[in-house]
Amino acid sequence: MNVTLNGEKREIRTGKTLADIVMNFNPSNKRIAVLLNDDLIPKGNQAGYILKKDDRVEILTFAGGG
Amino acid sequence: MELNAMQRERYARHLSLPEIGEKGQKKLRKSRVLIIGTGGLGSPAAYYLAAAGISTLGLLDSDVVELSNLQRQIIHFTADLGRRKTLSAEEKLKALNPDVRIKTYSLRLTSKNAQAILRDFDFVIDATDNFSSKLVIANACHAAKKPYSHAGILRFFGQTMTVIPGQTACYRCVFESPPKDPSVPQGPLGAVPGIIGSIQAVEAIKYLLHLGDLLTNRLLTVDALTMRFREVPVKQNPHCKLCGRMPI
Repeated sequence: MNVTLNGEKREIRTGKTLADIVMNFNPSNKRIAVLLNDDLIPKGNQAGYILKKDDRVEILTFAGGG
Repeated sequence: MELNAMQRERYARHLSLPEIGEKGQKKLRKSRVLIIGTGGLGSPAAYYLAAAGISTLGLLDSDVVELSNLQRQIIHFTADLGRRKTLSAEEKLKALNPDVRIKTYSLRLTSKNAQAILRDFDFVIDATDNFSSKLVIANACHAAKKPYSHAGILRFFGQTMTVIPGQTACYRCVFESPPKDPSVPQGPLGAVPGIIGSIQAVEAIKYLLHLGDLLTNRLLTVDALTMRFREVPVKQNPHCKLCGRMPI
């Protein structure tokens, strides 16, 4: 099954949750914001969402420098 | 106020753009922009806005120039070490364009002083280097209904987004609260804030002159290592603690 992660197509196994893909990308799940199909998903709700085909996930990094 | 002969020559390239022209240039001569932070992002933003002939530039920064700043904060020179950044920046901008009025604020923006400062400006550039200041700016601009350009830098990475309070997604619609344990700052590569700060100056001018499409409801991310620019759609979050209709 294909989903889009940060603009790139990714093949994932059926049944994976949003938390799984976030954990894979950033194991600490810190200093990031997660958008699913443009909606912000709080950390506590990420494990309860099973990814669907063609979901778009954006993992945004907190960039505080200037 | 009419443009004099010197100003016609100075701004000739703006005057030659039908989208700006004399009307737009005169509008810039009546516009006021506050730049919060005169570092990596603030340096290019301030240079381009001063060169563009903005009427009044506010420069807010509580720091003094340190040697490690000079790798990226191009408005400050070696001879400025130890000087207040606001005064160092003011001197360069006045030398670049004596038409521009500079107001300096050598202090930190706080929730207490923000409203009195923001009142005098049409657009705000968040060129700060820490999350707590970015939060203060987002909150204060929301309360004062002042449009602003957010930006942040990390290593080889930068991001920016323009916010029209009450109308478009705000910083906190995406980044709800600052991280509890901010990472130790690494970098950045000096030219990365140069790219992003320049975009912030473009957004300020576009807002002031009602030009084109603002960078609203989308976060522009730049990864300098791959040199990929990406737009991430963001929308007003109904649960946003700042602007949401149903804040959590």
